[in-house]
Amino acid sequence: MKLKDTEELNVLKAQSLKLIETRRAKEAVDTKNAPGLVRHILVCGGPGCHSSGSPRIAEVLEEELDRAGLADQIKVFEPGCFGFCEKGPMIQIHPDNVTYCEVSPEDVSTIVQEHLLEGKQVERLLYMDPNTKERFAANIPFYNNQLRIALRNVGYIAPENILEYIAADGYQALAKVLFHMTPLEVIDTLKVSGLRGRGGAGFPTGVKWEFTRRSEADQRYIICNADEGDPGAFMDRSVLEGDPHSVLEAMLIAGAAIGSSQGYIYVRAEYPAAIHRLKIAIDQAREYGLLGKQILGSDFDFDIELKYGAGAFVCGEETALIHSIEGLRGEPTVKPPFPAQKGLWGKPTCVNNVETLANIPPIILKGAEWFAKIGTEKSKGTKVFALAGKVNNVGLVEVPMGTTLREIIFGIGGGIKRHKTFKAAQTGGPSGGCIPTKYLDSPIDYESLMAIGSMMGSGGLIVLDEDDCMVEIAKFFLEFTMDESCGRCTACRVGTKRLHEILQKITEGRGTLEDLENLEKLCNIIKDTALCGLGQSAPNPILSTLKYFRDEYVAHIVDKTCPAGVCKSLLKYEITDKCVGCGRCAKQCPTRAISGSPKKRHVIDQERCLKCGACMEQCRVDGAIIRH
Amino acid sequence: MCNSDSPNEFAQKLDNFIDSLPNKKENLIAILHYAQEIYGWLPDNVQWHIAQKLDIPSAKVYGVVSFYSYFTMKPRGEHVVNVCMGTACFVRGAEKLKNELENQLKIKAGETTPDNLFTLETLRCVGACGLAPVMIVDGEVHGKMHEPQEINEVLAKYRPEG
Repeated sequence: MKLKDTEELNVLKAQSLKLIETRRAKEAVDTKNAPGLVRHILVCGGPGCHSSGSPRIAEVLEEELDRAGLADQIKVFEPGCFGFCEKGPMIQIHPDNVTYCEVSPEDVSTIVQEHLLEGKQVERLLYMDPNTKERFAANIPFYNNQLRIALRNVGYIAPENILEYIAADGYQALAKVLFHMTPLEVIDTLKVSGLRGRGGAGFPTGVKWEFTRRSEADQRYIICNADEGDPGAFMDRSVLEGDPHSVLEAMLIAGAAIGSSQGYIYVRAEYPAAIHRLKIAIDQAREYGLLGKQILGSDFDFDIELKYGAGAFVCGEETALIHSIEGLRGEPTVKPPFPAQKGLWGKPTCVNNVETLANIPPIILKGAEWFAKIGTEKSKGTKVFALAGKVNNVGLVEVPMGTTLREIIFGIGGGIKRHKTFKAAQTGGPSGGCIPTKYLDSPIDYESLMAIGSMMGSGGLIVLDEDDCMVEIAKFFLEFTMDESCGRCTACRVGTKRLHEILQKITEGRGTLEDLENLEKLCNIIKDTALCGLGQSAPNPILSTLKYFRDEYVAHIVDKTCPAGVCKSLLKYEITDKCVGCGRCAKQCPTRAISGSPKKRHVIDQERCLKCGACMEQCRVDGAIIRH
Repeated sequence: MCNSDSPNEFAQKLDNFIDSLPNKKENLIAILHYAQEIYGWLPDNVQWHIAQKLDIPSAKVYGVVSFYSYFTMKPRGEHVVNVCMGTACFVRGAEKLKNELENQLKIKAGETTPDNLFTLETLRCVGACGLAPVMIVDGEVHGKMHEPQEINEVLAKYRPEG
């Protein structure tokens, strides 16, 4: 059914509202007195929950509902990521507004019997605050202080049904742009809103659109950069899987504003579920006449094609991405000319990131002023972070710009795992840096992160604790950039390799203080001379750790120790006089490096010791085996 | 001339796919994806065949294949075991998991066991950071892989019985 005008879109929206109204109830419904209540059960289909078995839960739910004769009135949906990955798999029951955590297929029959049939909440599956032991059916503290704009529909609507998106104001922003705004008004709205690119660099989106529009050409292209390559970031994937139509709608708006009739989504081949959802979304949009010719009866034509990446981190860089779409090696080229002037097949091209695009429909509908009120002076709106590492509540969080790291890590994130001590937060992935404790209270935005030697990046936020060695972390990222360097420019190709070698030397206890000077010098040369963003930012993990954790580097070099106890070459295991001679360690040692008579203190042959730590894990006497 | 010794139906499928594309040269990456899907890897003769079909130098095809890590020029084993080397998994012990897998399978990452059963590889972030460290076997994610015993149990599921 092709929608011929806005009127038809509105009629369809009115008809579709019933699909999601059960989930919209703000007030929890008293479930005891509601026989025959129509319910929706949402089973989180995010990457984390999916991996820990949510599809099986949905399957068992359907079976159990069928058996209980409830299949007609209770429907099961698998929307996108709920965000609270730590407690997955999660399910939500509406309109009761009850969330259950860490649900297993075995729990399903209990939920059906107790919750759905008897109207009693299953207490043990409710979220429990680890400190107060209080249980929460709704309003889980993890979600307090979060504001969902880019993720507004993720985990809420069924992503494979365009009607649910339409019911949730979908394609209304497009209709407004086509019939009530001029292209320049759209661009102005974005400029006033203050929206900046969420892929990393933070270039103002409205300005980018304006540049592309201003370039004279018979064709211009819109590209959605969905080549999310930062290891530890999965927000774009969650948007693509949970709300693909919001990306399509924003690309249509971009097409109308910039004067383009063709868009491409460059998506990682490693994201099969996202590709599957995008294909469905594109087919449905075509079916409803929201992609194709004369969209909604206007004279605007636009279509979208999917292009697959093939596992090259550098393809997140605009010019490299464009070459990859052209079927070439994804190597970057010098800017200018910028893609806005000369991009795909030599035509003006606007490249926007997934999260950036997902923000656009609400900005058009609610206005630039609404968006500009959220955030800090220069960074408006919200940012989605993939919070992971040594934090209690791993998950996907969306917070207003200007929220402090302390709020994200210790508030929303619930603090550090196993009561360890916070050491640093790593943002910006391989292009970013490590932020130490003293900056926990600085508000996060593009500028403040740059000022403290890191960057926003795409939104990976990895929490490190006392057990993480900062030299090792820097080495980890350098290994990544060294692998991913495309090889085109010498500064990056050779430079990252040399940096990695020096770090290797230091972690093996062969470093000298001169190496630190050379590291710094080389880092600065690479920053100044590398061709593209990958190379220019590759030294950041080293520079920031050198700045804030120099003493750890020095400890490796001068004292030949690794303070965090990570770098194996520098470790030494010893058995102290507390040893009772039980022999457990000797039995466990893979190289039989431990010897001693029963009930006598044992010794470790340092020549044979692999430093695997198995003895220490086995030892039951506190302090009998020490590592230093 | 194509000297492909692969089953003819593979070559036929690939040709049909290439013929169905309006702009062939710019779809080289899509063609390679398709070819890898049906052959499992990209042997020299398949690359050569694609180059002929698209009327481009085979060096160009090789250039693209060797650039992208998703494409492989080595055949894989029956089951592909991947260790996530994303940052979240790294700080929660991915290195240890990789070493343990190398130990149990007696191969290094990037290699295939002599019986052709397992190929061990690494990849960057599958988005299951809450389950870190994770290993992925044939696309199925196994999380919180800390103990050698657990790893052994996962591998056992993919070994032929007996």
